[in-house]
Amino acid sequence: MKYTEDHEWLDADDNLVTVGITEYAAKQLGDVVFVELPEVGREVVKGEEIVVIESVKAASDITAPLDGEIAEVNEALADNPGLVNEDPEAAWFFKMTTTTPEEMDDLMDEDAYNEHIGE
Amino acid sequence: MSQDATHDPIPLPLAALHAELGARMVPFAGHAMPVQYPMGVMAEHVHTRTHAGLFDVSHMGQVVLEGDGAAAALERLAPMNAVDLPAGRQRYGVLLNDRGGILDDLMVANHGERLVLVVNGATKHVDMDVLRAGLPDHAPRLLKDRALLALQGPAAEDALATVVPAVASMRFMDAASNDWQGADLWISRSGYTGEDGFEVSLPVDAAEPFARALLAHDAVAPIGLGARDSLRLEAGMPLYGQDLTPEVTPVEAGLAWSIPKVRREGGAREGGFAGAERILGELTDGPSRIRVGLAPRGRAPMRAGTMLYADGAATAPLGTVTSGGFGPTVGAPVAMGYVPAGTAAGTVLMGDVRGRRLPVAVTDLPFHTPRYKR
Repeated sequence: MKYTEDHEWLDADDNLVTVGITEYAAKQLGDVVFVELPEVGREVVKGEEIVVIESVKAASDITAPLDGEIAEVNEALADNPGLVNEDPEAAWFFKMTTTTPEEMDDLMDEDAYNEHIGE
Repeated sequence: MSQDATHDPIPLPLAALHAELGARMVPFAGHAMPVQYPMGVMAEHVHTRTHAGLFDVSHMGQVVLEGDGAAAALERLAPMNAVDLPAGRQRYGVLLNDRGGILDDLMVANHGERLVLVVNGATKHVDMDVLRAGLPDHAPRLLKDRALLALQGPAAEDALATVVPAVASMRFMDAASNDWQGADLWISRSGYTGEDGFEVSLPVDAAEPFARALLAHDAVAPIGLGARDSLRLEAGMPLYGQDLTPEVTPVEAGLAWSIPKVRREGGAREGGFAGAERILGELTDGPSRIRVGLAPRGRAPMRAGTMLYADGAATAPLGTVTSGGFGPTVGAPVAMGYVPAGTAAGTVLMGDVRGRRLPVAVTDLPFHTPRYKR
């Protein structure tokens, strides 16, 4: 598992990367009431806003952590956004294939991420 | 001058209690305020609707007016009936500018020897300028030595009566003074959630022990400003700074009910308030726009600032969302905003959400019918 500074977790299986948000991020957001997912097949570049998350109070987004293409989205979140709060490590948002898998090496591991959030 | 938002937020009397309860604090109206507790906004909202919630609203301004004729002087700034407000009762009103725009909305309680106004936290310093200019003989005082708590929800009467038994006989919008362990409480049966409940003004020193006495009741949980916002939104109540601004009149805002016959055309004290010409005209001819409820058809909330269009192709917006979010009791997104007068409930408009036009139905307010004890 790897982590970005934007509190995303990435789980890579060869070139297929599953992406969600960390428990820390879910707690900061509060109760999630709406999730807008990208279309499967969409080509994305690192930093592009591709998921909208609305909590009771505010809207925020998830950016593409790498260059690549959306391979699959978790439709269960559209029907039940509260899954993000119940179990953020299981509530993945999308899976993407990446053209820059080597960039995974630059991301934080769990220890570095915990230090990043001050735990 | 209003509070400089760049300064460090001023802690309120219950800061230590909020910290102990695990509140997440945010700067609001120049103060550090609890936005939520570990329960979370959604559960706090539901708890208030089903049990009772304790809110610290000490950021709000409490203003005392004294002396004969204070009510009559207040009527020159607000199109309300303050003169005939009986002792022991409270009324809602709005302060207006010369164009009939809303400077603030407020509660006025008649405590016998004095009138007590409760005004919004973000506007209290501006209000004081207006009140000092308009009521020079009544020495308006912004109280710094009193906190303000609200206890809201179906169990509020039970919980508060264990501490102050006399409140059980109060009706909606009654206002009374009560002693609690030597502290002078000013209690009104009112609130900002759409539930039965009370608002309690009390000396700063008594605030923490009093709050702890209420929290000791099984049904009472501390509730933050996050849930306060979703509760008032479901109850159809406007928020100053979002739904009410100096550009909006009380008639447009759906607050004409707060302007009694006696201040309208043909009334004994007709007009005679700031902006009267425009307000009396709108009461007769109707306003050009109105505040309405807005129910997004999908799951996506429509936040404040969302532009409203007649259809998917229209290029000019016909209205704007002024408050919007998710309604935990409704179980769907809820919003309110301004549309042209005559737009009927049931009309489906299109709201621009991140560049996409999504359907939203105009609805009557409130989304959640208040349960007051009248």
